[in-house]
Amino acid sequence: MISLESVTKTYRGPGASALTEVHLQIARGEFVFLVGSSGSGKSSLLRLMLREERPDSGEIFVLGENLRTLPQRRVASYRRKLGVVFQDFRLLPNKTVYQNIAFALHVIGKSRAFIETSVPDVLRLVGLQDKSSSFPATLSGGQQQRVAIARALVNRPELLLADEPTGNLDPDNSREVMSLLSRINLNGTTIVMATHDRGIVDQMQRRVVEIQDGRVIRDAETASYREVPSGPLWISEDES
Amino acid sequence: MKLSFVLREVWEGVRGNLSMVLSIVLVTFISLSFVAVTALLQIQISNLKTYWYDKAQIAVYLCSDFESDLICPTGAITEAQQVAVASQLKSSALAPYIAEYNFESQEDAYARLLDESGSLTAASYLNPEQLNATYWVSLQDPERAQLVVEAFQSQAGVASVADQRSYFDPIIGLLNGASLAAGGIATIMLFSAALLTTTTIRLSAFARRREIGIMRLVGASSASIQLPFILEGLLAALIGGGLAIALNVFVVENYLTDSLALELAFTNLVSTQEVLQVAPYVLGLGAILAVLASGISTFRHLRT
Repeated sequence: MISLESVTKTYRGPGASALTEVHLQIARGEFVFLVGSSGSGKSSLLRLMLREERPDSGEIFVLGENLRTLPQRRVASYRRKLGVVFQDFRLLPNKTVYQNIAFALHVIGKSRAFIETSVPDVLRLVGLQDKSSSFPATLSGGQQQRVAIARALVNRPELLLADEPTGNLDPDNSREVMSLLSRINLNGTTIVMATHDRGIVDQMQRRVVEIQDGRVIRDAETASYREVPSGPLWISEDES
Repeated sequence: MKLSFVLREVWEGVRGNLSMVLSIVLVTFISLSFVAVTALLQIQISNLKTYWYDKAQIAVYLCSDFESDLICPTGAITEAQQVAVASQLKSSALAPYIAEYNFESQEDAYARLLDESGSLTAASYLNPEQLNATYWVSLQDPERAQLVVEAFQSQAGVASVADQRSYFDPIIGLLNGASLAAGGIATIMLFSAALLTTTTIRLSAFARRREIGIMRLVGASSASIQLPFILEGLLAALIGGGLAIALNVFVVENYLTDSLALELAFTNLVSTQEVLQVAPYVLGLGAILAVLASGISTFRHLRT
């Protein structure tokens, strides 16, 4: 589903983060946390997967597309195959919950009939069917993020990219959002989520990819946010 | 993207950016008005030329006893001189340029004078001998008049040669000058309209940057992101163009067709029909300009 081979990306300017020789394989149906401190390269990695940027070198394949060579004119149709959510929700304040979600379908030319069945469906999925005519400002942070998730999912993507989706939420709202994401993942959607919320990662016990200074320093199944290196992580020179 | 949705987006854009859209409307209105005026003046000039140049003749005035010695040293034209003038008109050198000519004797000229200006007291002081016998020459191609004029100018027995076209030169020069001025103003105004459109569309895009960001993320094509902005510019330009046409129709109807044309019944002034002939080009120019300006300003900013 996602495959990065020796992906390197550098930025000009001071304080810019970068990625160095990143290898990463993510299979269909996985739930992967990208962890690491601010500026470690988590967001750069997501931007590459979104094809907001191209790598300087290395290959990156997502959903069967080679993103390094994907021509500009096919970027839009590529993005229709995935969903994205952000820390700041990015809802339109002058549109209702229903209109916010329908907007994402209108702009890619979906039919009225498709919109009229998909939007209520996805609102039920995120548990906001009775908020469809509310405006974002009247909702709690958790509810707003659920609207954003509904918008990301309404076109039924196979992959959901989430950049700090709980970053602006209190623990209760965060739990609400995480249980929704788990449910979505159970339905078969692959989820890649960048976070530095230790509590969530520890509680979920999913695959954790830790990035530091642009390098993958840990990739562990059903792991916690930090792990004391032990056992197989210690490889001496004689064994190798 | 569905048309109704695009139109709603355009409407949102116009509503949120009303004063700027109004400024595009006004600037295109003024600039396209000048474009239309330029075109109408050119049409008027060419109307005048075709209408009058066909009727304009060359008059070869022959010497009479009353011309000064400087012009006619030998006095009134002699028979031999008149034969020479007549044969020059028939000569193979000039015949190809001359459609027809006829001779007006002093008596004929006097009769015409009485006929045209008999009521004037001055006419009663004149007699046929004071007038010039004249060859009236119609040309095949009025543009070649100079050639014929020069052929007779220094001929013995010819008092003077007049090209009636020259009577129109001042008015045509005036119209040409006005047309040039209108064209100059139109060019500058069109340029500022284009600049204003790019800035306005950029502001409009900035005001809707949230929507644009979401459109990019969910995979809307560049074209569908740009389309509402281009339509916004196009709409403003077309309204401006429509107003320009309306103003020109109003001016032509009220100041030319209904008043000036009645006083100058002998000529053909531009009418609403000519304005409507010019209208598609004026609107087209406004549309092309608006699409280019808004297309260029959105191209860099709105790409996926």
